[in-house]
Amino acid sequence: MGELTLVQAVNRGLAEAMRADPDVVLLGEDIGVNGGVFRATEGLYKEFGESRVVDTPLSETGIVGAAIGMALYGLKPVAEIQFMDFIYPAFDQIVSELAKFRYRSGGQFPCHVVIRTPYGGGIKGGLYHSQSTEAYFCHTAGLKVVVPSTPSDAKGLLLTAIHDEDPVIFLEPKRIYRAVTGEVPDGDHRVPFGQARLVREGSDVSLFAYGAMVPPTVEAAETLAAEGIHAEVIDPRTLVPLDESAIVASVEKTGRAVIVHEAARFCGLGGEIAALLAEKAFYSLKAPIARVTGYDTPFPYALEHVYLPNAEKIAAAARNAVRAS
Amino acid sequence: MSPKLSVVPLPYSADDVTSLLGADWPERLRAAYRWMRLGRALDARMQALQRQGRVGFYGAATGQEAVNVATGLATRSEDWIFPGLREQLVALVRGHPLVAYAHHLFADDRDPGRGRNMPCHPTAREVQYVSMSSVIGTQISQAVGLAYGLRQRQAPGVSLAFFGDGATSSNDFHAGLNFAAVWHLPVLFCCANNQWAISVPTSRQTGARTFATKAAEYGMPGWSVDGTDVVAVWAALRGSLARAAEGRGPEMLEFITYRMTPHSSSDDPSRYQPPDWAARAASHDPVARLESWLSVNGVLDGAAVEAIGRESEAEVRAAVEAAEGTVAPAPASLTEDVYAPDRSGSPG
Repeated sequence: MGELTLVQAVNRGLAEAMRADPDVVLLGEDIGVNGGVFRATEGLYKEFGESRVVDTPLSETGIVGAAIGMALYGLKPVAEIQFMDFIYPAFDQIVSELAKFRYRSGGQFPCHVVIRTPYGGGIKGGLYHSQSTEAYFCHTAGLKVVVPSTPSDAKGLLLTAIHDEDPVIFLEPKRIYRAVTGEVPDGDHRVPFGQARLVREGSDVSLFAYGAMVPPTVEAAETLAAEGIHAEVIDPRTLVPLDESAIVASVEKTGRAVIVHEAARFCGLGGEIAALLAEKAFYSLKAPIARVTGYDTPFPYALEHVYLPNAEKIAAAARNAVRAS
Repeated sequence: MSPKLSVVPLPYSADDVTSLLGADWPERLRAAYRWMRLGRALDARMQALQRQGRVGFYGAATGQEAVNVATGLATRSEDWIFPGLREQLVALVRGHPLVAYAHHLFADDRDPGRGRNMPCHPTAREVQYVSMSSVIGTQISQAVGLAYGLRQRQAPGVSLAFFGDGATSSNDFHAGLNFAAVWHLPVLFCCANNQWAISVPTSRQTGARTFATKAAEYGMPGWSVDGTDVVAVWAALRGSLARAAEGRGPEMLEFITYRMTPHSSSDDPSRYQPPDWAARAASHDPVARLESWLSVNGVLDGAAVEAIGRESEAEVRAAVEAAEGTVAPAPASLTEDVYAPDRSGSPG
């Protein structure tokens, strides 16, 4: 065990996976000599050499296309897309190819690629270094979508992703790359997909948040506790597969739900979770389901603090839900 | 495809062909001719079945048989094929059973791809023929990644990416050639230029003199090859395959052919092809060109040509009879292979 930041935990997970299996190959822009623009691959080029930590030409479709070819052959590529905002040149490779290879080949060509990419706002990155567009990928069958919020989960989910048999979009909350530290187990620590984390137990209202939205949601729960409102905080950790039973069970207990994400509201994960609760926990609900999300606008630069959900907005939504019944 | 048709003759003496393909060229070219006739018979039969509503869709490769057959015969078992749109015959020549392909065309329970893809999109892992999508160009950078894997494990083999003339405008054409040249990988970029991207002629696809000239600026050789001349295709591929296998890096081959049939069973070329196209294409018919040359050089006589034609049609008929009527995939298979078997089905 040791205290690590979230980005250090990613680095540790990559290093351990590469030591354990020579088929694990990293590729991406600036990940080699430079160690990645966020330093997620720091030291790996030196340890594993240029054939396993590959600085690619500047083309996301080339990165993901090449990673797919490596995976078809049997390597275990982990591709880095420098910012999620730059993933779209590879969108065709991800949704048309990566997600569908196993299916369209009748199971003959499984295609296991992990795509790591920093996502989300809060770093003054403007329109093109801030977006949180996980819903695009959750909508495509064949992909798994993972979002850690702690250093321990970052390493544990990453190792599960690298050992999985399916393509995984691994979204790293860059706002908390260094803002959170925590104990990270040594060795082959794996966190299973499809199992939500109970961050904080409560009985009055369920708060659902993932990635960089977990810390402000915990802060909101602390504020609410001082007011006598006991909020439960649940981090689904993997959006596909989604731990539906944990989400439903929590609302069956509390009767109230607030869903938090920094992505735009319309067709975001909040809509999917709200629909799930309407279908499976309807008779337990004591108040309307609330969503605290980004706005249905492009991501702003100067008004980033207005755009992003924060502890005050989350606490206010929870108070409303409690007062509604 | 009868010798009396006036075709552009193959420009070789028997000695030329000996030096290009080796002393056993008569056997090689007889085998090539058989496969080309099989491809031609398959196209004719399947287009008819499509019009009768017995298969849902068909995209013929008529006019491109020389490229496909030479590729199938020139490549070795350790090589990998990333098909574009019309390379199905490559899989058959490399050993994929015709009856399995027929099951695929009927999209039935015994389709090796389990009926997920449209007809003419086969998967044949056992002959290293990669599953194809209908998306243009994506396979080009994938072929590069596979070649990276070959080198990483120090395994023999060359990765061949096929694509049409239209795909040279795609993102992945650029990415794939660029990555392969930077990484110096054993990849052959094979452009099956049939001069039409559905309705768009090559003059509207590129401002370059040829597609092959693009290769030079990526840092690799590019060859323009008469794709209706099976000897030329075969000889070019032998050279490129040998150099790539020796570690001399990627190359691009442009095989110029004439599309002799519509883009697919959903297309009407009379809307866009000039009236003399069919005659120009017929004069470059790869089957007729080879047949004529083999006849002139005493390898095939009229009786042999006729026998091969009959046998090809019989082989296709037998495969269709064996496959047609097989039950559709089970409804429960809908949700299989979305994810690995431990977690099939819808998310959650």
